[in-house]
Amino acid sequence: MSLASYWYAFSGILKRESLRFIHQRSRFFSSLVRPLLWLAVFAAGFRAALGISIIEPYDTYITYEVYIVPGLVAMILLFNAMQSSLSMVYDREMGSMRVLLMSPLPRWYLLLSKLVASTLVAIPQVYAFLAIAWLFDVEVPQVGLLWVAPAVILTGVLLGAIGLFISSFIRQLENFAGVMNFVIFPMFFMSSALYPLWKMQESSEWLYWLCRMNPFSFCVELIRHALYGKLNADALLVVSGCLVVFTLLAVLTFNPERGQIGKPNQR
Amino acid sequence: MNSPFKQLLVSAALITPLLLPVSAQAALAYVSNEKDNSLSIIDLDSFAVVDTIEVGQRPRGITFNHDYSLLYICASDDDTVQVMDVATQRIVASLPSGEDPEQFALHPDGDRLYISNEDSALVTVVNPLTHLVTGQIDVGVEPEGMAVSPDGKLVVNTSETTSMLHWIDTSTNQLIHNTKVDQRPRYVQFSKDGNRLWASAEIGGTVSVIDVASKEELHKIRFNIRGIHRDKVQPVGVKLTSDGRYAFVALGPANHVAVVDANTWEVLDYLLVGRRVWHMALTPDEKFLLTTNGISGDVSVIDIERMKVTKSIKVGRYPWGLAIKPD
Repeated sequence: MSLASYWYAFSGILKRESLRFIHQRSRFFSSLVRPLLWLAVFAAGFRAALGISIIEPYDTYITYEVYIVPGLVAMILLFNAMQSSLSMVYDREMGSMRVLLMSPLPRWYLLLSKLVASTLVAIPQVYAFLAIAWLFDVEVPQVGLLWVAPAVILTGVLLGAIGLFISSFIRQLENFAGVMNFVIFPMFFMSSALYPLWKMQESSEWLYWLCRMNPFSFCVELIRHALYGKLNADALLVVSGCLVVFTLLAVLTFNPERGQIGKPNQR
Repeated sequence: MNSPFKQLLVSAALITPLLLPVSAQAALAYVSNEKDNSLSIIDLDSFAVVDTIEVGQRPRGITFNHDYSLLYICASDDDTVQVMDVATQRIVASLPSGEDPEQFALHPDGDRLYISNEDSALVTVVNPLTHLVTGQIDVGVEPEGMAVSPDGKLVVNTSETTSMLHWIDTSTNQLIHNTKVDQRPRYVQFSKDGNRLWASAEIGGTVSVIDVASKEELHKIRFNIRGIHRDKVQPVGVKLTSDGRYAFVALGPANHVAVVDANTWEVLDYLLVGRRVWHMALTPDEKFLLTTNGISGDVSVIDIERMKVTKSIKVGRYPWGLAIKPD
């Protein structure tokens, strides 16, 4: 198989993801409205609740708004990843997955292309959110705007792989929402997205360790440091490690027969 | 800190300039740490602490003489003003300051230091060159803030309990007028042209702008920070930029510095700094403002052009005073 055909397949998948995104304009707005609600409402209410302490990577004291912006960027990626694995289940049900898998290219390549393509779709969402956050006086240094892109891609692909892995175990679209409640909410709340973990440690040691071990916390910290032009090596290692593991797991457990393709056999 | 090795370094540093062309040195900020009995020295190029010096007990107000060769330090619990030789970092004299010196101001002539004695309701005038007391003036209870007018004719002292500004004629050392301000005035600052005096009132939560000619209040500035209770807004330090554009007011336990338009007296912004911010100093180029944050034990750096806090630098325990030596 030539390189050109690999590129052809990837660009096809990317085009489909982009078209899907463009046609669902409400999805773009909801992906922005969700973190903005947190920033405008939640952060305003909790402004004074955050204890005052200088934490990495900040050089000085920060408001709660500034603190949660990286977590909300990760939230955009989390919802985007879940949306994309949801569309995976949908594709399986509707049979368009069959068209994709007819390609002679290896299955792992097609799945990885799908993960990367849906992450690339999230990038405009992230920058649009950062632009609006700027209006809320959360100013990210220019170098951070550059560094955040690779962090966003790594995180996006990892979260997509986790979503894909989970979707392998789902038979029907209807089940998906329920499962997501058990994934998105614990993942988001038990992380450093909304509160610094030392704050968590003050109330519960075991909860602190649970949050500490959450891969999503590492995603948030990777993005947080990148936004301020710094590298969090631990986070980079954990995110890359998890990315390899979950992509492998997702590819290995991927079973197209769970949807429409498998149905004739059941009859 | 005073190891033989360091002394060797200091003496080497003293001799080297004689042998080598003098290299460009950055401006330095000296910070007095009230509870550590020390000074932290911050390099204003790298914004990092480069040295810490042991001084007398409870150092609070600090100021340089006019050629920056000497640093005067109010060592409150030693009841003296120490004189430090800046080059050798050694205390070379102790001035008879009266009890519990807290804040002071140096006359433009350099031969009169006006010192407030918090415990004894006095302003002591000391000649730092001869080390002699040249006068003592009775003022209100708990004198604190002190400023000399740019022309050197007036000294203003604040008394915290009496809540007054006391105007002293420097030619006679006589109290000539009192101006009532809000509760617990802590700090006074003259504008560069000497026409206005800014006075903060810690408990009153206000800053009064006073007309120097009439000694009457022109305006009272109030502060209102979103999400912070009014009782926590306790103004202490005030700094004015020499271009007359901005006044900065340190708001104590509100942990913010207010940015005020010095002409319209309108509050433009509140900048988040460390905990319990009291005193401030401008760098020589007036590009940065430094603040001492007592409880969090650090110094915050405000970029004046961007009006943003860019960094907070850990210093000793309870940093209080600030003095900046140009390069």
